[in-house]
Amino acid sequence: MSIAWYLAVSAIVFSVGAIGVMTRRNPLVLLLCLELMLNGANLALVAFSRMWGNGDGQILALVVMTVAACEVCIGLGMIVAIYRRRLPIDVDELRELQG
Amino acid sequence: MSSILFFIASIGVIAGAIGVVMLRDPFFSVLALVSHLVSLAVLFLLLRAEFVAAVQVVVYAGAVMVLYVFVVAYVGSDSASLGESLSGPGPVASRLRLGGAILGGALLVELLIALLGTGLEAINGQGAGYSPGPRTFGTPAYIGNLLLTRFLLAFEVSSFMLLIAAVGAVVLARRRRGLGEEDERDLLTPLDLIRPLGTGTTAEGVGPRP
Repeated sequence: MSIAWYLAVSAIVFSVGAIGVMTRRNPLVLLLCLELMLNGANLALVAFSRMWGNGDGQILALVVMTVAACEVCIGLGMIVAIYRRRLPIDVDELRELQG
Repeated sequence: MSSILFFIASIGVIAGAIGVVMLRDPFFSVLALVSHLVSLAVLFLLLRAEFVAAVQVVVYAGAVMVLYVFVVAYVGSDSASLGESLSGPGPVASRLRLGGAILGGALLVELLIALLGTGLEAINGQGAGYSPGPRTFGTPAYIGNLLLTRFLLAFEVSSFMLLIAAVGAVVLARRRRGLGEEDERDLLTPLDLIRPLGTGTTAEGVGPRP
Protein backbone atom coordinates (compact mmCIF):
# COMPACT_ATOMS: atom_id res chain seq x y z
CA MET A 1 0.00 0.00 0.00
CA SER A 2 1.28 3.47 -0.74
CA ILE A 3 1.99 5.90 2.08
CA ALA A 4 -0.94 8.10 1.03
CA TRP A 5 -3.44 5.50 2.29
CA TYR A 6 -1.91 5.53 5.76
CA LEU A 7 -2.00 9.33 5.81
CA ALA A 8 -5.69 9.28 4.86
CA VAL A 9 -6.45 6.89 7.74
CA SER A 10 -4.51 9.11 10.15
CA ALA A 11 -6.45 12.19 8.99
CA ILE A 12 -9.77 10.38 9.53
CA VAL A 13 -8.78 9.22 13.03
CA PHE A 14 -7.61 12.72 13.97
CA SER A 15 -10.84 14.34 12.78
CA VAL A 16 -13.04 11.78 14.54
CA GLY A 17 -11.12 12.52 17.74
CA ALA A 18 -11.53 16.27 17.22
CA ILE A 19 -15.28 15.87 16.70
CA GLY A 20 -15.44 13.87 19.93
CA VAL A 21 -13.53 16.52 21.88
CA MET A 22 -15.91 19.20 20.64
CA THR A 23 -19.18 17.34 21.14
CA ARG A 24 -18.96 15.02 24.16
CA ARG A 25 -19.61 16.22 27.71
CA ASN A 26 -18.05 13.52 29.88
CA PRO A 27 -14.40 14.38 30.69
CA LEU A 28 -13.45 10.68 30.61
CA VAL A 29 -14.66 10.40 27.02
CA LEU A 30 -12.93 13.70 26.28
CA LEU A 31 -9.62 12.18 27.39
CA LEU A 32 -10.27 9.12 25.21
CA CYS A 33 -10.90 11.40 22.22
CA LEU A 34 -7.62 13.22 22.93
CA GLU A 35 -5.93 9.82 22.77
CA LEU A 36 -7.54 9.31 19.37
CA MET A 37 -6.10 12.60 18.11
CA LEU A 38 -2.62 11.71 19.40
CA ASN A 39 -2.88 8.29 17.75
CA GLY A 40 -3.79 9.85 14.42
CA ALA A 41 -0.68 12.03 14.65
CA ASN A 42 1.37 8.97 15.64
CA LEU A 43 0.24 7.05 12.58
CA ALA A 44 1.24 9.97 10.33
CA LEU A 45 4.64 10.16 12.04
CA VAL A 46 5.34 6.45 11.57
CA ALA A 47 4.13 6.62 7.95
CA PHE A 48 6.50 9.52 7.18
CA SER A 49 9.28 7.65 8.96
CA ARG A 50 8.69 4.70 6.61
CA MET A 51 8.59 7.05 3.64
CA TRP A 52 12.08 8.36 4.34
CA GLY A 53 13.51 5.11 5.72
CA ASN A 54 14.60 7.08 8.78
CA GLY A 55 13.95 6.27 12.43
CA ASP A 56 13.40 9.82 13.70
CA GLY A 57 9.63 9.67 13.20
CA GLN A 58 9.39 6.50 15.25
CA ILE A 59 11.32 8.08 18.13
CA LEU A 60 8.96 11.05 17.99
CA ALA A 61 6.00 8.62 18.05
CA LEU A 62 7.43 7.01 21.20
CA VAL A 63 7.81 10.45 22.82
CA VAL A 64 4.19 11.25 21.89
CA MET A 65 3.12 8.02 23.61
CA THR A 66 4.99 9.13 26.74
CA VAL A 67 3.26 12.51 26.65
CA ALA A 68 -0.09 10.75 26.22
CA ALA A 69 0.61 8.56 29.25
CA CYS A 70 1.43 11.66 31.34
CA GLU A 71 -1.71 13.40 30.13
CA VAL A 72 -3.85 10.39 31.04
CA CYS A 73 -2.21 10.23 34.46
CA ILE A 74 -2.93 13.88 35.30
CA GLY A 75 -6.36 13.89 33.65
CA LEU A 76 -7.58 10.84 35.52
CA GLY A 77 -6.18 12.25 38.76
CA MET A 78 -8.21 15.40 38.17
CA ILE A 79 -11.35 13.40 37.41
CA VAL A 80 -10.93 11.41 40.64
CA ALA A 81 -10.44 14.69 42.57
CA ILE A 82 -13.59 16.15 40.95
CA TYR A 83 -15.53 13.03 41.89
CA ARG A 84 -14.30 13.17 45.49
CA ARG A 85 -15.59 16.72 45.87
CA ARG A 86 -18.95 15.48 44.56
CA LEU A 87 -18.95 17.88 41.64
CA PRO A 88 -20.79 16.79 38.50
CA ILE A 89 -18.70 14.81 35.99
CA ASP A 90 -19.68 17.07 33.13
CA VAL A 91 -17.54 19.68 31.40
CA ASP A 92 -20.55 21.94 30.90
CA GLU A 93 -21.28 22.11 34.63
CA LEU A 94 -17.66 22.66 35.67
CA ARG A 95 -17.41 26.35 35.03
CA GLU A 96 -16.12 27.67 38.33
CA LEU A 97 -13.02 29.11 36.71
CA GLN A 98 -15.21 30.95 34.25
CA GLY A 99 -16.10 33.43 36.98
CA MET B 1 -1.62 -9.83 1.13
CA SER B 2 -0.38 -6.66 2.76
CA SER B 3 -3.15 -4.60 1.15
CA ILE B 4 -5.84 -6.99 2.48
CA LEU B 5 -4.29 -6.73 5.94
CA PHE B 6 -4.15 -2.94 5.57
CA PHE B 7 -7.84 -2.69 4.76
CA ILE B 8 -8.89 -5.00 7.61
CA ALA B 9 -6.71 -3.11 10.10
CA SER B 10 -7.77 0.34 8.92
CA ILE B 11 -11.45 -0.62 9.12
CA GLY B 12 -10.74 -1.70 12.70
CA VAL B 13 -8.94 1.58 13.42
CA ILE B 14 -11.72 3.79 12.04
CA ALA B 15 -14.53 1.70 13.54
CA GLY B 16 -12.82 1.82 16.93
CA ALA B 17 -12.43 5.60 16.68
CA ILE B 18 -16.09 6.09 15.75
CA GLY B 19 -17.08 3.75 18.57
CA VAL B 20 -15.16 5.85 21.10
CA VAL B 21 -17.04 8.96 20.02
CA MET B 22 -20.51 7.47 19.53
CA LEU B 23 -20.97 4.96 22.35
CA ARG B 24 -23.02 6.05 25.31
CA ASP B 25 -21.30 4.18 28.12
CA PRO B 26 -17.69 5.33 28.83
CA PHE B 27 -16.80 1.71 29.63
CA PHE B 28 -17.69 0.65 26.10
CA SER B 29 -15.77 3.67 24.78
CA VAL B 30 -12.68 2.38 26.57
CA LEU B 31 -13.18 -1.08 25.04
CA ALA B 32 -13.58 0.50 21.59
CA LEU B 33 -10.32 2.39 22.16
CA VAL B 34 -8.56 -0.90 23.02
CA SER B 35 -9.68 -2.45 19.72
CA HIS B 36 -8.63 0.76 17.95
CA LEU B 37 -5.16 0.55 19.51
CA VAL B 38 -4.66 -3.11 18.60
CA SER B 39 -5.67 -2.43 14.98
CA LEU B 40 -3.34 0.57 14.95
CA ALA B 41 -0.50 -1.71 16.08
CA VAL B 42 -1.17 -3.86 13.00
CA LEU B 43 -0.82 -0.74 10.81
CA PHE B 44 2.48 0.07 12.57
CA LEU B 45 3.70 -3.45 11.82
CA LEU B 46 2.77 -2.97 8.15
CA LEU B 47 4.88 0.20 8.22
CA ARG B 48 7.83 -1.85 9.58
CA ALA B 49 7.77 -0.16 12.98
CA GLU B 50 8.04 -3.33 15.06
CA PHE B 51 9.16 -1.76 18.31
CA VAL B 52 6.54 1.02 18.20
CA ALA B 53 3.83 -1.59 17.55
CA ALA B 54 4.98 -3.66 20.52
CA VAL B 55 5.05 -0.59 22.79
CA GLN B 56 1.60 0.37 21.54
CA VAL B 57 0.11 -2.99 22.53
CA VAL B 58 1.98 -3.48 25.81
CA VAL B 59 1.97 0.04 27.24
CA TYR B 60 -1.11 1.60 25.71
CA ALA B 61 -3.59 -1.22 25.30
CA GLY B 62 -2.22 -2.95 28.38
CA ALA B 63 -1.31 -0.44 31.06
CA VAL B 64 -3.03 2.85 30.21
CA MET B 65 -6.35 1.22 29.38
CA VAL B 66 -6.36 -0.65 32.70
CA LEU B 67 -6.04 2.74 34.40
CA TYR B 68 -9.02 3.99 32.39
CA VAL B 69 -11.12 0.93 33.26
CA PHE B 70 -10.42 1.41 36.96
CA VAL B 71 -11.36 5.10 36.89
CA VAL B 72 -14.54 4.41 34.90
CA ALA B 73 -15.46 1.74 37.45
CA TYR B 74 -14.72 4.13 40.32
CA VAL B 75 -16.47 7.21 38.98
CA GLY B 76 -19.43 5.36 37.51
CA SER B 77 -20.52 5.49 33.95
CA ASP B 78 -23.58 7.54 33.24
CA SER B 79 -23.18 9.72 30.22
CA ALA B 80 -25.16 11.20 27.41
CA SER B 81 -24.77 9.65 23.97
CA LEU B 82 -23.62 11.72 21.03
CA GLY B 83 -27.19 12.35 19.88
CA GLU B 84 -28.32 13.54 23.32
CA SER B 85 -25.18 15.60 23.59
CA LEU B 86 -25.97 17.30 20.30
CA SER B 87 -29.52 18.05 21.38
CA GLY B 88 -27.93 19.29 24.61
CA PRO B 89 -29.20 20.92 27.78
CA GLY B 90 -29.82 24.32 26.20
CA PRO B 91 -30.28 25.64 22.68
CA VAL B 92 -27.01 27.59 22.74
CA ALA B 93 -24.93 24.63 23.91
CA SER B 94 -26.47 22.29 21.36
CA ARG B 95 -25.90 24.77 18.55
CA LEU B 96 -22.28 25.17 19.66
CA ARG B 97 -21.87 21.37 19.62
CA LEU B 98 -23.38 21.08 16.15
CA GLY B 99 -20.93 23.80 15.07
CA GLY B 100 -18.12 21.73 16.60
CA ALA B 101 -19.13 18.66 14.63
CA ILE B 102 -19.27 20.67 11.39
CA LEU B 103 -15.87 22.15 12.22
CA GLY B 104 -14.52 18.61 12.69
CA GLY B 105 -15.80 17.63 9.24
CA ALA B 106 -14.17 20.72 7.74
CA LEU B 107 -10.94 19.78 9.55
CA LEU B 108 -11.05 16.33 7.90
CA VAL B 109 -11.41 17.86 4.43
CA GLU B 110 -8.61 20.31 5.13
CA LEU B 111 -6.28 17.61 6.46
CA LEU B 112 -6.94 15.37 3.48
CA ILE B 113 -6.18 18.23 1.10
CA ALA B 114 -3.04 19.15 3.05
CA LEU B 115 -1.72 15.58 3.32
CA LEU B 116 -2.68 14.13 -0.05
CA GLY B 117 -2.45 17.23 -2.21
CA THR B 118 1.10 18.12 -1.25
CA GLY B 119 2.50 17.08 -4.61
CA LEU B 120 5.19 15.01 -2.88
CA GLU B 121 6.23 12.21 -5.23
CA ALA B 122 7.21 9.85 -2.43
CA ILE B 123 3.71 9.86 -0.94
CA ASN B 124 2.49 7.58 -3.71
CA GLY B 125 5.39 5.16 -3.31
CA GLN B 126 5.89 2.21 -1.01
CA GLY B 127 8.49 4.09 1.04
CA ALA B 128 12.23 3.70 1.22
CA GLY B 129 13.97 0.40 0.59
CA TYR B 130 13.77 -2.20 3.32
CA SER B 131 15.81 -5.35 3.83
CA PRO B 132 15.04 -7.60 6.81
CA GLY B 133 17.82 -8.08 9.32
CA PRO B 134 18.54 -8.06 13.05
CA ARG B 135 19.48 -4.38 13.24
CA THR B 136 17.47 -2.90 10.41
CA PHE B 137 14.96 -0.01 10.46
CA GLY B 138 12.35 -0.28 13.21
CA THR B 139 13.77 -3.16 15.24
CA PRO B 140 14.36 -2.74 18.99
CA ALA B 141 18.13 -2.66 18.42
CA TYR B 142 17.79 0.20 15.94
CA ILE B 143 15.40 2.21 18.14
CA GLY B 144 17.51 1.63 21.24
CA ASN B 145 20.62 2.77 19.44
CA LEU B 146 18.90 5.98 18.33
CA LEU B 147 17.40 6.60 21.78
CA LEU B 148 20.73 6.33 23.55
CA THR B 149 22.78 8.32 21.04
CA ARG B 150 21.03 10.95 18.94
CA PHE B 151 17.89 11.32 21.03
CA LEU B 152 19.41 10.92 24.49
CA LEU B 153 18.11 14.32 25.63
CA ALA B 154 14.54 13.58 24.49
CA PHE B 155 14.73 10.18 26.23
CA GLU B 156 15.91 11.66 29.53
CA VAL B 157 13.44 14.56 29.42
CA SER B 158 10.50 12.23 28.74
CA SER B 159 11.53 9.93 31.59
CA PHE B 160 11.68 12.93 33.92
CA MET B 161 8.28 14.07 32.67
CA LEU B 162 6.80 10.65 33.51
CA LEU B 163 8.13 10.99 37.05
CA ILE B 164 6.60 14.46 37.43
CA ALA B 165 3.27 13.21 36.06
CA ALA B 166 3.20 10.30 38.51
CA VAL B 167 3.88 12.61 41.47
CA GLY B 168 1.29 15.10 40.16
CA ALA B 169 -1.39 12.43 39.83
CA VAL B 170 -0.79 11.28 43.41
CA VAL B 171 -0.99 14.88 44.67
CA LEU B 172 -4.19 15.54 42.72
CA ALA B 173 -6.05 12.37 43.59
CA ARG B 174 -5.01 11.84 47.21
CA ARG B 175 -7.63 11.77 49.91
CA ARG B 176 -7.78 15.22 51.42
CA ARG B 177 -8.89 15.61 54.97
CA GLY B 178 -11.34 18.21 56.11
CA LEU B 179 -14.12 17.58 53.61
CA GLY B 180 -14.72 13.94 54.50
CA GLU B 181 -16.99 12.37 57.06
CA GLU B 182 -16.75 13.35 60.70
CA ASP B 183 -15.42 9.97 61.85
CA GLU B 184 -12.23 10.44 59.86
CA ARG B 185 -11.37 13.24 62.24
CA ASP B 186 -10.53 11.10 65.24
CA LEU B 187 -7.68 9.37 63.44
CA LEU B 188 -4.85 11.40 64.92
CA THR B 189 -1.57 11.40 63.03
CA PRO B 190 1.74 12.87 64.18
CA LEU B 191 1.18 15.69 61.68
CA ASP B 192 -1.81 16.93 63.66
CA LEU B 193 0.42 17.73 66.62
CA ILE B 194 2.59 20.14 64.70
CA ARG B 195 -0.07 21.88 62.66
CA PRO B 196 -3.23 23.74 63.68
CA LEU B 197 -6.60 22.08 63.11
CA GLY B 198 -8.01 22.51 59.62
CA THR B 199 -4.91 23.90 57.94
CA GLY B 200 -3.13 22.05 55.19
CA THR B 201 -6.41 20.54 54.02
CA THR B 202 -9.09 21.58 51.58
CA ALA B 203 -11.15 22.87 54.53
CA GLU B 204 -8.79 25.81 54.53
CA GLY B 205 -9.94 26.93 51.10
CA VAL B 206 -13.62 26.09 51.54
CA GLY B 207 -14.08 27.46 55.03
CA PRO B 208 -16.03 25.94 57.90
CA ARG B 209 -18.81 23.60 56.99
CA PRO B 210 -22.41 24.67 57.68
